[in-house]
Amino acid sequence: MTQQTAESPARKQRAQLKVRTLRTDRWWLAPALTFAGLTFFLIYGFWAIFDKSYFVEPYIAPFSSPCLTTACPEGARLFGWAPIGDWFTLPPGLIILGLPAGFRFTCYYYRKSYYRSFWLSPPACAVGEPHKKYTGETRLPLVIQNVHRYFFYGAILIGAVLSYDAILALIHKPAGLGTWILLVNAALIVLYTLSCHSCRHITAGRLNHFSKHPLRYRAWTFVSKLNAKHMQLAWASLFSVMIADFYVRMVAKGVITFPFA
Amino acid sequence: MSYKGKFRVWRGEGGEGRLEDFTVEVNEGEVVLDVIHRLQATQAPDLAVRWNCKAGKCGSCSMEINGKPRLGCMTRMSTFTEDETITVTPMRTFPVIKDLVTDVSYNYQKAREIPSFTPPKDVKPGEYRMQQIDVERSQEFRKCIECFMCNNVCHVIRDHEENKTHFAGPRFLMRIAELDMHPYDVADRKDSAQEDHGLGYCNITKCCTEVCPEHIKITDNALIPMKERVVDRKYDPLVWLGNKIFRR
Repeated sequence: MTQQTAESPARKQRAQLKVRTLRTDRWWLAPALTFAGLTFFLIYGFWAIFDKSYFVEPYIAPFSSPCLTTACPEGARLFGWAPIGDWFTLPPGLIILGLPAGFRFTCYYYRKSYYRSFWLSPPACAVGEPHKKYTGETRLPLVIQNVHRYFFYGAILIGAVLSYDAILALIHKPAGLGTWILLVNAALIVLYTLSCHSCRHITAGRLNHFSKHPLRYRAWTFVSKLNAKHMQLAWASLFSVMIADFYVRMVAKGVITFPFA
Repeated sequence: MSYKGKFRVWRGEGGEGRLEDFTVEVNEGEVVLDVIHRLQATQAPDLAVRWNCKAGKCGSCSMEINGKPRLGCMTRMSTFTEDETITVTPMRTFPVIKDLVTDVSYNYQKAREIPSFTPPKDVKPGEYRMQQIDVERSQEFRKCIECFMCNNVCHVIRDHEENKTHFAGPRFLMRIAELDMHPYDVADRKDSAQEDHGLGYCNITKCCTEVCPEHIKITDNALIPMKERVVDRKYDPLVWLGNKIFRR
């Protein structure tokens, strides 16, 4: 590992250590695990979005909910609606994919994780990055990360729909294992969404006089507590949505058939 | 209980220098700075190291120990094994004056570029009235001991010297956030945070938070909230419309 050396005279005044890092711990482990986790999620998501077994009464797979086209089975439609009609012939999950995907892609925690693990900018603290130039989020395309709050508004809707799906499952099949998997998933998704930094800002973070807005301050205090666990909630909800989705698809395909499935 | 510890220490002036090997006595309960001082006293009397309080409060003895930015006085020798070679180098983002002492004037320059606290003209000193909940967010940032390890570890300037002209570093972006959140500060800091002090360069990889010896949540409590305030000002059409309609 050789250090990339800038040629500026100012740079030459720094200690000229010819190594990328002197760290002796396993600094590469966290970015490697993150890379593996996120890659696994992307591969699973790609498979799930094109898989057609997304509904079995009373469960609907989270990756395909809400189902908004006439191609969706009657019971899978949100409130029985099919507002998109029959012109959309691609998998119905593609219609709403942009909201949760955009929310996670622009999330402050995920930005940290993929900047580190995919873009190596930097791979870990005090480990040299391989890029010669760096402009961060000052220009296109990364300046678009600033739209995060709009994806947050969309993610609130998705969280509400997943909660509705889980409650419907609870009403129709309270003893079903799938019901409880969907409930846990909905709870984690909602908690992850509420723990978002943009949510923290919107509740009261933008204010300078908390004392003049006691209710907003209380909401901010609650969101701040959740926000401290944003990373944990990000990973927990990432895996819970995969597990819930996979479970429903396996029940729909008839792979899982036990009585309380 | 004592043992002979193996140390590799950066020696040199300006950027030129080398890692020199030493074997030096280590006693129970000591920190890295104690051992550096013993090295100075017994084997390398001209070894330069900046230090002052030995209590983790002055921020003087910032250095890199086994590649990680740490305070020498707060890094216990008991965290290393006896057969481990401990490498001690100066902070790598700043020019070296001699051995472990770096020229941190970049930080003072950046501090001077930030307009100071600006109260409303009609409020005189002694008339400020605010509640604890209005200022406690900013008080977290006042714990900073100015060790400059956050600026040292930030890859924006650590790996890209050319960014030093237009990036204030996490320490001073936190200062801007502190002032912007202050109930009595009326200076407009959002545009300048983005345009003049390079907030957009921060890609929130949180190394500043990881190395802060005061455990200030620099990224979550200062940089990201400041980024969100900049979004309000520059990138959110709904907030812009709301401000127009309600004349905020």
